[in-house]
Parts: sequence; C-alpha cells; structure tokens
Amino acid sequence: MTAPRVQLMATCLCDAFFDDVARATVEVLEHLGCEVVFPEDQTCCGQPAFNSGDWPAARAVARHALRVFDGALPVVVPSGSCARMVSHGALLLFEGEGDAAQAGALAGRTWELGDFVVRHLGVSRWPGKLPLKVAFHRSCHSRGTAYADGALTLLRSIDGLEVLEIGEPDQCCGFGGTFSVGFPQISRAIGTLKVEHVLAAAPDVLVSADSSCLMHVGGLAEKTGRPLRTRHLAQVLRDALQSGGAERPEAGA
Amino acid sequence: MSGEPVDAFAAAQAEGRRNAVRLGAKAEYDKRLKTLGRDYADPDSLRRLAGDIKQHTLDHLDVYLERAVAQLESHGAKVHFAADGEAACQAVLEILAARGAKRVVKTKSMATEEVELGAFLERHGVESVETDLGEFVVQLDKDRPSHIVKPIMHRDRREVARTFEGHGLGAYDDTPEVITRRARQHLRRKYLEADVGISGANFVSAESGRLVLVTNEGNSRFCLAATRCHIAVVGIEKLVPRDRDLAVFLNLLARSATGQTLSVYTEFIAGPRAAGQPDGPEEMHVIFLDNGRSEILAGDCREILRCIRCGACLNVCPVYRQASGHAYRGVYSGPVGAVLTPLLAGEHFADYADLPRASSLCGACNEVCPVDIPLPDLLLRLRDRGKRAGVRPAGAAPSMASFARLASRPASWRRALAAGKLLRLVPSFLRPRALRVWEQNHALPSWRGGAFRAWMKTRARPETKTAPP
Repeated sequence: MTAPRVQLMATCLCDAFFDDVARATVEVLEHLGCEVVFPEDQTCCGQPAFNSGDWPAARAVARHALRVFDGALPVVVPSGSCARMVSHGALLLFEGEGDAAQAGALAGRTWELGDFVVRHLGVSRWPGKLPLKVAFHRSCHSRGTAYADGALTLLRSIDGLEVLEIGEPDQCCGFGGTFSVGFPQISRAIGTLKVEHVLAAAPDVLVSADSSCLMHVGGLAEKTGRPLRTRHLAQVLRDALQSGGAERPEAGA
Repeated sequence: MSGEPVDAFAAAQAEGRRNAVRLGAKAEYDKRLKTLGRDYADPDSLRRLAGDIKQHTLDHLDVYLERAVAQLESHGAKVHFAADGEAACQAVLEILAARGAKRVVKTKSMATEEVELGAFLERHGVESVETDLGEFVVQLDKDRPSHIVKPIMHRDRREVARTFEGHGLGAYDDTPEVITRRARQHLRRKYLEADVGISGANFVSAESGRLVLVTNEGNSRFCLAATRCHIAVVGIEKLVPRDRDLAVFLNLLARSATGQTLSVYTEFIAGPRAAGQPDGPEEMHVIFLDNGRSEILAGDCREILRCIRCGACLNVCPVYRQASGHAYRGVYSGPVGAVLTPLLAGEHFADYADLPRASSLCGACNEVCPVDIPLPDLLLRLRDRGKRAGVRPAGAAPSMASFARLASRPASWRRALAAGKLLRLVPSFLRPRALRVWEQNHALPSWRGGAFRAWMKTRARPETKTAPP
C-alpha cells in the first residue's frame, strides 16, 4: 500500500485542548510518508449534539463536516469516538435524508488513526525504543471494530514498551460526552472504578486512542489527588519515533 | 438544582447496596463470559444468527402468530388476544370466574409483571402467589423486581430473613438453606390449594405451538402439575418459527443469563392434557399480549422486540451496576428497560424519556446481547424522539443549539477557539452549569484553542518524502 495523501480530522477536542495530540498525529502520518492535508474549515463531527438527542443540530454540524471533507481522500481521525460518529453514527443521523449517500461515502473512507496505520497502510511494527509500562484503555467506540487491536498491535511492537493487564478492561470509563455532566454522579462512580483499576496496575502512563476518555479519567484522578499520567496513542507513537534510531517502518511489515 | 432522576436515584442509594448490585451483576457477567467462551469458538456469530432468526420472525409475525394459534387450538388450548394489559388481566379474571377459581399460583413471568396481573387479581379477591423464590420475596415485601432474571439482586439474605420473620415464616435465620426450605414448605401448600397455574413463556414455536418455559427452581412444574387449569400470558414477540430454532435460543439464553449451559428445567407445553396422558392441566389458555408491541413493531426501534429477557445487558451495563434496577422505574431495567419502558409507555412516553439518556452509550450491552439488539442505536433514536417531543433534560447537559450554530460556521468557530481561554476569567458561579458540574468532578485541561492550527501554519514542512515501495 502506497502511503497516500490523507485529510486530517483533528477533532474539536484537539482543536480546543489537546493540540499536541493533533501534532503527534501529523508527525506519525508524515513519518509513514503520508501527505497530511488539514482542511481549515473543519469544526466537529457533530457527535455532542447527536448523543444529546438534538439531531437537527447534529445534522447541521455533520453536514458541515460532509462539505469540509468532500473528495476521495482517506480521512484520518485521532479518536475512535469521532471516527465511529462519522462511520456509524452519521448513517443513523442521515437515514432517509437527502445527503445519506454522501454520509455513507465519508463513512467508508474515514479511519481511526491506529486502524489506518495497521489495516490501511499495513504497518504492524512500530520503530523506536520506549522503556514504558502502559495501561491501555480500550475506549468503548472500539467495540465491534478493529481499533483496539490496531492500537495494541502498534503499542506492543514498540521495543521496551510493556502493556499491562488492567482489571475489567472492557468496562467503560463513564465519560459518555454530555453524560458526564448530565449524570455526574454515576459518571464519576464509573470513572473512579477505572482510575482504581488503572492505578492498581501501577503503569507509567495510561494510553488510549481517545482524548475524551483520557480527559475524564485523568481529570477525575487529578481532582482526587491521585495524578495519573495520560498519553494519547499518537503521542506514544511519536515519542517512540523521537526516541532515536527509528527508521520508517516498512509497509506490510 | 434538579438532576437526572436515574443519577439522583443512584447517588441516594446506600453504598453497601450499590456495591452488592455491582458485584452481583459483575459475577453474572463473568460467568456468562466463561461459559460462552468455553463452549463456542465464535459466540458472536451465534448471537448474530439468533438475532437474524428473531428479526425474521418479527418481520413475518402475522404468519407465525397464525401458525402458532392454529397449532395450539388443534391441541385443545384456547387462545385469546389482549390488546393491552387491562384486557389481559380481564381475560384472566374471566377464565377464573368461569371456573369459580379463587387461588392461583404463578411462575416468574415478565409479561405478567408488565401488566401487573398479581396486584390486579388481589384487588379482585383472588389470592395470587408468586412461586419463584425471588418473586415470592418481592411479593412479601410489596417491592418491585430490580432485575429481569434475579428479581432481588438488590436484597441480601439478611433482608430476606427479616422479611420471612416478619411474615411468620419462622424465627430469623439467614442461612440460605433455611430460607429456601421455609419458602418450599410454604409454597408446597399453596400449590396444592391453588385452582389455576399462571405462567409466561420464554418461547413459542410457531411450527408446533409448543410453549417453552425455562426455570431453575422447578416451581413452574409444581404450578402446572398441581392445578387443573393453566393460563399462559405471552408477549406476541415470543415466537420462533420452528422447534429446531430453539436449539439456538436455549443454548444462548441460559449462558447469557446465568452462565449455565442449560437452565435446570426446560418445559415444552403444547396444550392441555390429551386423552391417554396421565397428568397435566385439563384446560389451557394462552393469552397473546400486545400492549404496545404492534406499535413498536411499526416503528424504528422494532429490534427491541427480539429481546429474550436474559438480563445480560443489565449485568454488563456500568450504569445499571451503579444505579440498580429500581432507578429505571419500570418492570424492565438496564439498557433494555431504557428502551422498552418509554416505548411501552405509549402516550406517556415523555414521562420516561430520561431513561434513554441514562447511558454512556458504551455499547457493552450490544456486545453481550444474545440476539444482537443494537441497543445504543435505539437509545440514540429515543433521545431524538424525546427532544422532538419537547422533553427537556433535567441534568446539566448543555443545550446543543448554540454549539451547532458555532460548529457549522468555520469563521465563528475559529474566533471561539481564540476566545475560549477567556472562560477562565469568568467567575465560577457565572460559568455555564455544565462547566461547573464538570469542575466539581474533574480537573479541567488547559485551554489550547487554535494552538494546533497555528502550528500547522507556521511549522517547517518536512521534505516531501517518497512513498516506500
């Protein structure tokens, strides 16, 4: 697979809070030989409004995304959650609407970052050396997809990096977007269990392919005086590249 | 400041009870995982097959219902149709009246819970006794089941022992063997005194008309062996096309529900006692219950009717584990309840429109569902329906209208990214409610609005690389 031009959907969360995750995504993709195009007019995939039940509002935002990411290039997203919004949620959102076909087309060429690297580019070994004990949070939007497998394949292939087992790995972190403020007590209780499972494994860092889960789990931990270092998958991959001696991985490796 | 009812209920629960429900649900989930993983190389394909069979049945429900009715009638059963709960209860009452029956024993049945048959019969002077141990305790306590399969998941044995003591079933003793022995002694008498046995059905085969009852305590056998008339109240969605399809469902049901390979008792009942048969009720009635199901079938959440009431989605659900079943204010709880309760409420949909919001949409429910119901999609559709019905969430979740205006206008969006850091300067009590609630639980990450865009513009572009061969 020749490394292609790709459009980057940086996500609203990276736009507002996690600029380094978006930077790392660009650096990871460019390391693989991709040309990264960043459509300046992008905003959000529409998921906050979609999940809140305000589908007219969600359609307005998602329609904007359909226009911004028009064309035929693969769209790469450093978030399983946003990727699933585009590849699955939007299909529900536009059911019976005039732009259902465009939504379907965008769904078909939108990729979560790790999934894109492993399944689209065929790269399954990541270079560099990172002596790091990692707890991996399989974000919920990875259910029914190859996202978590892709991320874990890459992480485990990094020299020196160890992925630790955590308790109840399949359980949600309790974020759920606006659920975290609509149902703050349940959300906190679920998140606290996640924090406890992660801390029990004593990792150097908690890694996920979703900044939103990390913001929730890390934010809960910090608020309760149990700081937990968090790092997005893209940042770990970039860290590995910067660790020295990293050749570009062979496609198909 | 009002909040979401399910959140408030969860927070008001005693910590001990919350932990008991969470650990109980987790234990059931773990058993499920172990059994399915041990017995099947690819449990997911079995779940999908079961979902397809159920969906096919629902898509042709008229055909299969007609077939089942013809079979049942040919075996001598009387078939009734009840448009709603009231009609189902009345039908039962009329059958009882015709026999002069004053005492009934009941097996565990969600359909009869749904139509509140027990309370209805008591109001009409009929003694109705629940014979499933959990349901028996619920009845003594005048409580409600909190779990589809384990009605008293929210109770511990000390509470059950106190209930028994309070109802004259012996001095306080919380030894499980003592509790079950006392229930058995009490219920044996009730079986023998009863005129009519009332059950539900887990499945009905259209091919043979066979009702399938799945139980673990043997109480349904006593109910049907000791009484001369059997009434089954059955949701119209319980049909499967053929007897052989039951192989798929029975294998999935017990494993999904309790981690058993098969329930202890699986009964097949095709009609009343036939000539030459030594025992069984002389009269059998099957009441097919609609109660909103036809309307659900015609709508965009029809997949919920595939449900076989295994409770797996409750057990895995992080929200159910925190909130427990009563938080859902209905007979059905957890993810399936969050979908089914508002749908079954019909014109009172708005009263339950908060339930579909009581989910992080994590999708674990879909992952364990033995009939592959896309529960998160249905929760989302119902959120949309609630919003369209004008229901306003009670919690702090922000309105999305202004967000959508911003996020569909790129210039405004970029200005907002630049201005977002100003929010920190706003005194805390003037900040949006959602932000205040967030900050009660979480540290807020630093605002970096627009930083990535600036970097993209100004960075030194890497040399154009040639793609690897």
